[in-house]
Amino acid sequence: MAEPTAAHSRAPGLTEDDAGPLLTVRGVEKSFSGVHALRGVDLTLARGSIHALVGENGAGKSTLIKVLTGVHAADAGEVRFRGQPVAFTRPADAQDAGISTVYQEINLVPLLTVAQNIYLGREPRRRGLVDTRGLNRQAAELVQRLGIEVDVRAKLGSLGLGVQQMVALARAVSIDARVVIMDEPTSSLEVREVETLFGVARTLAASGVGLLFVSHRMEELWTLCDTVTVLRDGRVVHTGPMAALDRVGLVSLMLGREASDVRAGGTTDFGDSHAHGTAPLLSVSGVQVPNRLRGVALTARPGEVVGLGGLLGSGRSETLKAIYGDLHTTAADVEIDGRRVRTGSVSRSLEAGIALLSEDRKAEGIIPDLSVRDNIALAVMPRLSRLGIISDSKVDALVEVFMRRLQIKASSPRQKVRELSGGNQQKVLIARWLATEPKVFLLDEPTRGIDVGAKREVQGLIDELAEQGLAVVLVSSEMDELVEGSDRIVVLHDGEVSGELTGDQLTSAHLLTALAGGTPSDTSTSHPSTSDTGTAAGAGRSDRG
Amino acid sequence: MAEHTATAIESAAPPPAEETPDRRRGPDGAWFRRNGVYVGLVVLVLVNLVITPHFASTGSLRLQLVQVAPIIVVSLGMAMVIGTGGIDLSVGAVMALTAAVIPLYIGYGTLGAIGAGLLAGVLAGALSGSVIARVGVQPIIATLAVMVGGRGLANIMGGQIKSIRDPGFRELGSGKLLGIPWVVLIAIVVIVAVALLMTRTTYGRQLVAIGGNARAAALAGLPVKRVLTTVYVVSALLAALAGVLLVARNQASDPTRLGQLVELTAITAVVVGGTPLTGGQVRVFGTVAGALLMQLITFTLVAHNITDSVAQMVQAVIVVLAVYATVGTRMRRRSRA
Repeated sequence: MAEPTAAHSRAPGLTEDDAGPLLTVRGVEKSFSGVHALRGVDLTLARGSIHALVGENGAGKSTLIKVLTGVHAADAGEVRFRGQPVAFTRPADAQDAGISTVYQEINLVPLLTVAQNIYLGREPRRRGLVDTRGLNRQAAELVQRLGIEVDVRAKLGSLGLGVQQMVALARAVSIDARVVIMDEPTSSLEVREVETLFGVARTLAASGVGLLFVSHRMEELWTLCDTVTVLRDGRVVHTGPMAALDRVGLVSLMLGREASDVRAGGTTDFGDSHAHGTAPLLSVSGVQVPNRLRGVALTARPGEVVGLGGLLGSGRSETLKAIYGDLHTTAADVEIDGRRVRTGSVSRSLEAGIALLSEDRKAEGIIPDLSVRDNIALAVMPRLSRLGIISDSKVDALVEVFMRRLQIKASSPRQKVRELSGGNQQKVLIARWLATEPKVFLLDEPTRGIDVGAKREVQGLIDELAEQGLAVVLVSSEMDELVEGSDRIVVLHDGEVSGELTGDQLTSAHLLTALAGGTPSDTSTSHPSTSDTGTAAGAGRSDRG
Repeated sequence: MAEHTATAIESAAPPPAEETPDRRRGPDGAWFRRNGVYVGLVVLVLVNLVITPHFASTGSLRLQLVQVAPIIVVSLGMAMVIGTGGIDLSVGAVMALTAAVIPLYIGYGTLGAIGAGLLAGVLAGALSGSVIARVGVQPIIATLAVMVGGRGLANIMGGQIKSIRDPGFRELGSGKLLGIPWVVLIAIVVIVAVALLMTRTTYGRQLVAIGGNARAAALAGLPVKRVLTTVYVVSALLAALAGVLLVARNQASDPTRLGQLVELTAITAVVVGGTPLTGGQVRVFGTVAGALLMQLITFTLVAHNITDSVAQMVQAVIVVLAVYATVGTRMRRRSRA
């Protein structure tokens, strides 16, 4: 592909003998126990380029980064670094060679000073001892050159996250990294910190370093990056100049959907929209979670399925957890039937009639060693007991009802839940929450990772629950599921409600536009075709704009 | 055993028919972990019936049971703590604390002294429980602190050996009901109580749920902090009870020595009994069998003039085998998943 034409392309003073691209990835494949994470990925990182790597969950970004940095070995394909084929087996090898990674969670030592962190393991020495003065002087020069305002003698842990990220960058520079991979560096930063970080990144790029930038904050991509590579399902679906893509185009590439190409229903098992009352059953407003949610508000009426749309990192799961009282909020107003619920306590939310089906079935859902029966009865145990003694007959009756109603397939109610299939485990969890007789059911990715049959059953069940008068809030990364399952979709963007789709707007096309941050009515923009899932460079796309 | 095959708490295994065929080459690690302790116990009893003279005599059996009873009581508390994924290193110190308190309150009568001793234990347990559940200190650290501090406090309160000349304590220590020593009867009551607690109550179910997946339990609205706090109180209460039993049997209080290394004996009994250290299961009868097995091993070796030190080494081997069986099972499970 062509060299990026961005302003910061190549530093004049650069005296590299190897002229080609810094990093070339060709046909890299990687699978984990039969599941393909990368299927022939190509990527070219040019000198002085800031290259965006985007994709939804499971697209393969992390796997690619791990292959590049020696955490995983590629199954097939080739990685060339400065023209030479490389196959790092340890992260330290990659770092020594000049590929440095700055992670979202900082992997430095909080109890050491900034200077000590920057030169950790490579401290300047005098007579065998660490030359502290020289260390501090070098570090001070370095941070000044990069435009970071920080006292190098301060303990890293005492500084803000943004500064810590920049120290991590400074460390990358100090070890003479030629490629810096930034994995979601901004997700916990304040606006001002982000700007400084970008300044540092540009300085680096200007000196000829190639940066690979992963972020879920879309607007940042256009501010910072000159080139973009979009991954989906382990494949590169697009590579090209950042400026040649608009937001809707990028989102449709990420999701693999196109505004003009909307299948009309039929892929999910949802029925028609539900009749619902007028007064909201659930009313949420002003939900604030530092760095996550900025005043989210939504309502749901009885019998209504409200979809919660948004890209990765937009705050969908956080919103559900905040409503449920599981996430600490600095401000939140949650009302059920007009009565205010004190937030911040799961048991109070449960009492008030809120239930949350968490997206992470294994970590936050099942108790693997307990039986199907005990898993179902878990949340309502006190209700099935007298003076702390469990009534077996009551538990059996309850469990029997739900196992039959949800068609949970287990050899017996006493079978351990760990032995069930994903779909049946999910049904056990749904049963657990339905047993609490909720008025409001918050569903976070209810059909993720379950087989097609179970998926349809769960979707049908959501419909049925709404018909019975529950208010359902549905989070799903699958557009069809969200569009067809919801009566209304509230769209989140960067921790805020950015739009709402109702009635005729409930189409994939409108959702796509809304997800990209446009207004629901604005769907006339043209989009790059997603049918060419090859690795065609973006040259052909630039003439589109 | 009927009642505990009925619930997940005693880990009712899926019948062999449900195992995938290629993994059914006789008893595997999982089977061994669940039942190895019973097999070991039966084998050892049979061996002793043959090789140890007078093994089956009433006197010999009674002595064995009297000796193991306090261990069983402590181990059951330990099993509950381990069921939550924690550990309680303070049980020996709690026993010493109880022993130190008893002489101070013997003037209030037998029951008064016992009450004071148990209360001291409860307070120590409440301390470690709150630090673990509310502050979030790791169980091993919190109970280590109570272990060291509690033993120190016990020494300050009741330095040297004091003999207890109280008829109530004498009856408790050496009396019998229908030929069964009180000490053994009390242990049986504790076994039944803990078994019922674990299988029949919401508390027991919540305890293993928290041990199995604390995050999921919290999201299901379970009172995680309360359960975690109280489990250390229960463990300490049972340790204090064991302290009372030992004081009664010795007719003396010796805070410096009483309960030394009991925590390790108890952990051994629990692990050998098949309760995984990772939490999520409490095997009540397995723990009892584990305590009996370890006791019987020591007895067998000592009865045949093999020193105590060798007995300890044999115990060590058994612990390693038990843990190996547990770990082996986990790994096999993971590879299947």
